Amino acid sequence: MAELCLGRQRYNSLHLGILLTVFVLVFFGYGFLSHRSQEFGDSEAVSRKTHAQPNVLTPSREDVLVLTPWLAPIIWEGTFNIDILNEQFRLKNTTIGLTVFAIKKYVVFLKLFLETAEQHFMVGHKVIYYVFTDRPAEVPQVPLGAGRKLAVLTVRNYSRWQDVSMHRMEMISHFSERRFLHEVDYLVCADVDMKFQDHVGVEILSALFGTLHPGFYRSSREAFTYERRPKSRAYIPRDEGDFYYMGAFFGGSVVDVHHLTKACHQAMVEDQANGIEAVWHDESHLNKYLLSHKPTKVLSPEYMWDQQLLGWPSVMRKLRYVAVPKNHQAIRNR
Amino acid sequence: MARQRLALGLALCLLASTSLWVLWGFARDWLLVSYVPFYLPCRDSNMKLQFRREKLFQPVTQFQYPQPKLLEHRPTELLTLTPWLAPIISEGTFDPELLQNMYQPLNLTIGVTVFAVGKYTFFIRPFLESAEEFFMRGYQVHYYLFTHDPAAVPRVLLGPGRFLSILPIQGHSRWEEISMRRMETISKHIAERAHKEVDYLFCLDVDMVFRNPWGPETLGDLVAAIHPGYFAVPRQQFPYERRRVSAAFVADSEGDFYYGGAVFGGRVARVYEFTRGCHMAILADKANGIMAAWQEESHLNRRFIWHKPSTVLSPEYLWDDRKPQPPSLKLIRFSTVEKDTNWLRS
Repeated sequence: MAELCLGRQRYNSLHLGILLTVFVLVFFGYGFLSHRSQEFGDSEAVSRKTHAQPNVLTPSREDVLVLTPWLAPIIWEGTFNIDILNEQFRLKNTTIGLTVFAIKKYVVFLKLFLETAEQHFMVGHKVIYYVFTDRPAEVPQVPLGAGRKLAVLTVRNYSRWQDVSMHRMEMISHFSERRFLHEVDYLVCADVDMKFQDHVGVEILSALFGTLHPGFYRSSREAFTYERRPKSRAYIPRDEGDFYYMGAFFGGSVVDVHHLTKACHQAMVEDQANGIEAVWHDESHLNKYLLSHKPTKVLSPEYMWDQQLLGWPSVMRKLRYVAVPKNHQAIRNR
Repeated sequence: MARQRLALGLALCLLASTSLWVLWGFARDWLLVSYVPFYLPCRDSNMKLQFRREKLFQPVTQFQYPQPKLLEHRPTELLTLTPWLAPIISEGTFDPELLQNMYQPLNLTIGVTVFAVGKYTFFIRPFLESAEEFFMRGYQVHYYLFTHDPAAVPRVLLGPGRFLSILPIQGHSRWEEISMRRMETISKHIAERAHKEVDYLFCLDVDMVFRNPWGPETLGDLVAAIHPGYFAVPRQQFPYERRRVSAAFVADSEGDFYYGGAVFGGRVARVYEFTRGCHMAILADKANGIMAAWQEESHLNRRFIWHKPSTVLSPEYLWDDRKPQPPSLKLIRFSTVEKDTNWLRS
């Protein structure tokens, strides 16, 4: 700024000074004061991240049922906002345990299972994989993300694959009390001959959840392959039943999974004493249990699919957890 | 030269006055806020309450009911699940018999708080009589009636397993004060009594009647009801408190539903935390000389954004009879009684 004359040099600097101070005050004050927000929220509160407003007059899915008659949500793509749910569960520092059984030759499935789980299962949350195996040396070294651990639990095997499958209930029940109760909040019990193909997250977590079997979600209850012989503890008459749940993916809080697995194991022991084995083994007993102890969430067949057998119908917007093709004869009983 | 000086002087004055005006705009808000500690000293703030033990579901005894239809085309016209997977309860979403089967064996006691101060004692009889007919039939119910005038409470015949406690409270000259003090009264009452006596607690307005069954479908950890006036309206038009200084402030981009202050509830422990939180926020506002646009309803809405309800009741459970009933609402269960608000509040 040019001096106008010698005599007024003082005034020009003064003007500059005032101008500068005023500018600084205005911008600083604006910046500071506009960022003040009063939050009286405590540790449980969901933060102020914005999301779309739900519309009371428009169902989220018009083609499928999203709420069971006992008011348990049925989880389909489009029914939930994962950001809200992630915040709710992160605030509680939730830890999820994933149990998987790799007995005898089934260890070969572990690598793909764990690698895809790392990409899609409960990402951003604390996870502990519990790998039950009779061959601990063959458990692959899969790099795990932050906050995720793997524990190998060495167990015995059985010669019959049906026994391997059924004794999972006993083992989960046993370890729930001894170990899982102190380490995780929720347990997810999954089959190993599968892979994760899309997001499987905290939307599934609740006290007790079951997954709809992909082969029966269109069927009426008479066609469900429940155990139909009254002699078995898993017996369900033809006019009863809500859904046919798959034995390959269930879970809930540790306490509730413990109750379920203990009850199923108990029922299987009684059946064995009576010389009967349920038609679909642990799955039959699971269905019996979930009929009288209604699950608090039900997962749609998006969470349990076989693309080779069933293709990709339009009602499934995502295929999240899918079967890995395998040679049944080669892999079982070896 | 004189002109240049004049121009400079004018420019400076303009700048100074503009900046002073801007600063005043912010300072006005800023000055109003004094620091208020979040936890004000309260007698019960350190009390650890022993709530009743959570009842475990018993196995459901088998009885006939139709199979749920998974591939249904629009069983109801309303949204039935919030984005955080809380059920929205309306007719058709649940099987009442099945729920009765699940909840009856738990031997629950449901508490109801209701306030009747001043001329509002007039509503006690229709409220209680309709509750006896429709509210939680077959369950133990304990009505907690807060009033300034116990003598004005009419004698209403209650069914077996249903009790009424009349609790005296202070009246206030301003109806807004009466309304807002409910949060404090409810939380104190839970701490003193209700935590030992009931499993679930509902906090209801008295100037309403039950018109159809209200059952165990409404039981949840933390229950809110959608306000009948705002369920078809975008969130920017919700009557949230919009002044930043208030503890109930909600920004334009926030909000799921506008919940009504006339119905909320849940497990006693959750209702205790909720009402305490609202009460603290109301006190903070008081210290700053501000009252939220819709009194405790504004604070309730603020809190429900942060602590999302686990069960949401459709407007069937909180209806205004002056509105025409839309076809999507099949069964109105709890609605307003016709009244002259001005006379009541005088």
